[in-house]
Amino acid sequence: MDHLDQLEAQSVFILREAYRKLKPLAMLWSLGKDSNVMVWLAKKAFLGRVPFPVMHVDTGKKFPEMYKFRDEYAKKWNLDLLLGECPPVEEMDPSLPPAARSAARKTAGLAAMIEKYKLQGVIAGIRRDEQGTRAKERVFSPRGASHKWDIRNQPPEFWDQYATPHEEGMHIRVHPLLAWREIDIWRYIEREGIPLVDLYFSKNGKRYRSLGDSDITFPVESNASTLAEVIEELETTKTSERAGRAMDHESEDAFERLRVAGYL
Amino acid sequence: MSENISSSQDAATPIVIVGHVDHGKSTLIGRLLHDTDSLQEGKVAQIIESSKKRGLKIEWSFLLDSLQIERDQGVTVDSTRIPFRLGQREFVIVDAPGHRQFLRNMITGAADAEAAVLVVDAQEGAREQTRRHAMLLHLIGIRHVIVLLNKVDLLDFDQAKVEAVEKSVTELLNKLGLEAALFVPASARDGDNIASRSERSPWYKGPTLTEALASVPSPASRSELALRLPVQDVYRFDNTRYVAGRVERGRVRVGDTVIIGTQKTPARIASIESWHTAPHVSASAGQSIAVTLEPDVIPDRGDLLHHADAAPMEASRVRVRLFWLRQEPLRVGEHFRLRLATAEHAVTVTAIDKVVDLDDLTEHPGTEVPPEGFAEIVLSAAENIQFDPFTPGTTDGRGVLVDRQQRIVGGAPIIGPASIADGEKVIHPSASTVTVQDRERAKGHKGAVFWLTGLSGSGKSTLARAAETRLFADGVDVTVLDGDTLRAGLCKDLGFSEADRTENVRRAAEVARLLRDAGQVVIVALISPLRSDRDLARQIIGDGFEEVFVDADLGTCEQRDPKGLYAAARAGKISGFTGIDAPYEAPATPALHLVTGKDSVEAATKTLVTFVESTVRHKAGVRAQS
Repeated sequence: MDHLDQLEAQSVFILREAYRKLKPLAMLWSLGKDSNVMVWLAKKAFLGRVPFPVMHVDTGKKFPEMYKFRDEYAKKWNLDLLLGECPPVEEMDPSLPPAARSAARKTAGLAAMIEKYKLQGVIAGIRRDEQGTRAKERVFSPRGASHKWDIRNQPPEFWDQYATPHEEGMHIRVHPLLAWREIDIWRYIEREGIPLVDLYFSKNGKRYRSLGDSDITFPVESNASTLAEVIEELETTKTSERAGRAMDHESEDAFERLRVAGYL
Repeated sequence: MSENISSSQDAATPIVIVGHVDHGKSTLIGRLLHDTDSLQEGKVAQIIESSKKRGLKIEWSFLLDSLQIERDQGVTVDSTRIPFRLGQREFVIVDAPGHRQFLRNMITGAADAEAAVLVVDAQEGAREQTRRHAMLLHLIGIRHVIVLLNKVDLLDFDQAKVEAVEKSVTELLNKLGLEAALFVPASARDGDNIASRSERSPWYKGPTLTEALASVPSPASRSELALRLPVQDVYRFDNTRYVAGRVERGRVRVGDTVIIGTQKTPARIASIESWHTAPHVSASAGQSIAVTLEPDVIPDRGDLLHHADAAPMEASRVRVRLFWLRQEPLRVGEHFRLRLATAEHAVTVTAIDKVVDLDDLTEHPGTEVPPEGFAEIVLSAAENIQFDPFTPGTTDGRGVLVDRQQRIVGGAPIIGPASIADGEKVIHPSASTVTVQDRERAKGHKGAVFWLTGLSGSGKSTLARAAETRLFADGVDVTVLDGDTLRAGLCKDLGFSEADRTENVRRAAEVARLLRDAGQVVIVALISPLRSDRDLARQIIGDGFEEVFVDADLGTCEQRDPKGLYAAARAGKISGFTGIDAPYEAPATPALHLVTGKDSVEAATKTLVTFVESTVRHKAGVRAQS
């Protein structure tokens, strides 16, 4: 087995644990590269189907290309797509810096969906290598009734044994891509032929390396216009993947505060 | 050093860095990443800025301490993983915190490491956490340990002094059955012997830390061992049944005959199924697969598929090397669930044989395992547990204990089957040869327990008796266990203290289980006010436990007061009465909710009878997932 096979096998194992132990369960689909890989891995785990709903928590501010992609592939992949809306920015914590405050809308939209569908498990595509606080996550990350992430009190997790909810109102965030690196995601997309929004590829010397809301996500300088070129670029870059995500950089703890409150 | 930080096509080798607090783990990692040019652009500037903000010069550990609370308190709260590269080889450094209370984070980080760097302050020598961490390395099965003797600049790079520390650490490791792969004298802060050879220790001829890491052996393949395929789940999609699981070791081929679980049913692997990949005729260790079986038998989760000529061990009592993760002690008689790969067994701690004294690493007999302690204990189950003894480098025998709430409370690598010690209370629950299916066929329904909980006067006994009459008339073999009847005999030694009430619940649950196992439908009518007590009952009874909430508000119950108890409680003649001066914790998600304050007895009885019938008359063999 090569490295991608190992990552795939581990993610399949995690998805199957989630499906077995957490009901009702749903997967977050942000339409980005990582969440497309996640949908793909679910199809691997469940022999060509995704046996639980896929949720898009819609801020209403994604790029038009992303909405088009969503509608096309929800149909092609036969997904049970659930759409959730986000409350207006005015309702978010005013002490957060502007971009983080805007991103917090997604947290509130997600919380509403978890309540509505009484979800016990939410599968999300975060990776350890993306950002410092995500590096501290568990594969099965318990969230209390308020959806808060209790960093100081995370359960032990070893030998592939995962925490399950033990209190009413709790849910588990399941992270099947936690061990993947950005380059692994791209190599896997290349190997498997997983479709992507073309915003990831260079136009006029710029491309998006990470996709979020159109008003707080910025393209990076790049001439990589094919999968092979993107992989080659990543092999030599030293800038971080989330450099174009405004909310990560506003203050030292903005992203940490978002995550503690339930952001992905 | 090349610029690329993540180009490896291979899996990264996880390396855990452990050691006593303040012996310099985080500083070492910061230094290592800096010296090997593994930092992302802007990271160094960020660290300098963060350090300046807190009035420090340059604090390498901030690189790892990504959470603001960590930077402010100067401690690492949780383990962190950092990719890092040496030549063609990729590593992931796992930084585990040295604070005692964060033990579980360290295990979380360290459990899948290939090798460990144990950082020991050369001036201070081994300390409490050095011993604790070394012990854990041993128990989680890490056998390649590099000891970094840090801060040797404080010993002026004196060879004799460094060798004296080396000797004492060697003795410590030997007591644990560990042998250091090597000792590296170093100064993480100044970079001596980290990525480059120090001129201040000319007497040291061994490798630098980076050279030592580059020669960490790659994990051995587990594909050549005997097959173990634990069943993770069984799916039924489009009329095909798939048995899903990960091959833990060995290899499985289409056409192989495998033996399934403790029932030892043989079946042939008819196919290995997959999506969007070339068809498989075989699969080996590490692969997550789905197979179809011929005949189409339905294994349970946890069943081990293996070849007939290489069966795992089987015992109902196993000896384990426990690392206990709770802040309170563990005693004989406590109940847990032992998770082993995908299997789960209800177990009781039947003996604590040896408890480790962390001051000198000696082992002593004891009656309890101290908080976050280490011990050799015996776990007993009612049924046979299939296992392979714990072996480093494999996933064999990786037992984990979880409590009633499914929270992980300890690691329990299995040493082997346990023999019986002198004077031990030996119990051997015998298994019946009459199967559950036989009983179901004979009675026309399956056994189950319907646990009616609610306030005194809510109508539990009335309903139970009315339903009993109805069900019996319908040919259901049904029994009622009600609180007062039990207390008149089996439980007459018990009062109404919380402990006695728990014991009352436990006995009722044990009796209900015996009757359920005999194929009966049991209706238990018991106030059972505490959620924890009902959880205990649920755990004892296991499958076929249905919680029924008989819900009448306090006012209604008090008005009814059929036994005059509310009046007595209000008058202060009895104390600890549920609803008056003792709490009632209503079930959050009962299987059935009967509002008896509103509905008539007739209507509630009918609902209960219908629910019981639909639960126990299920067609045999139909599973929720099928």
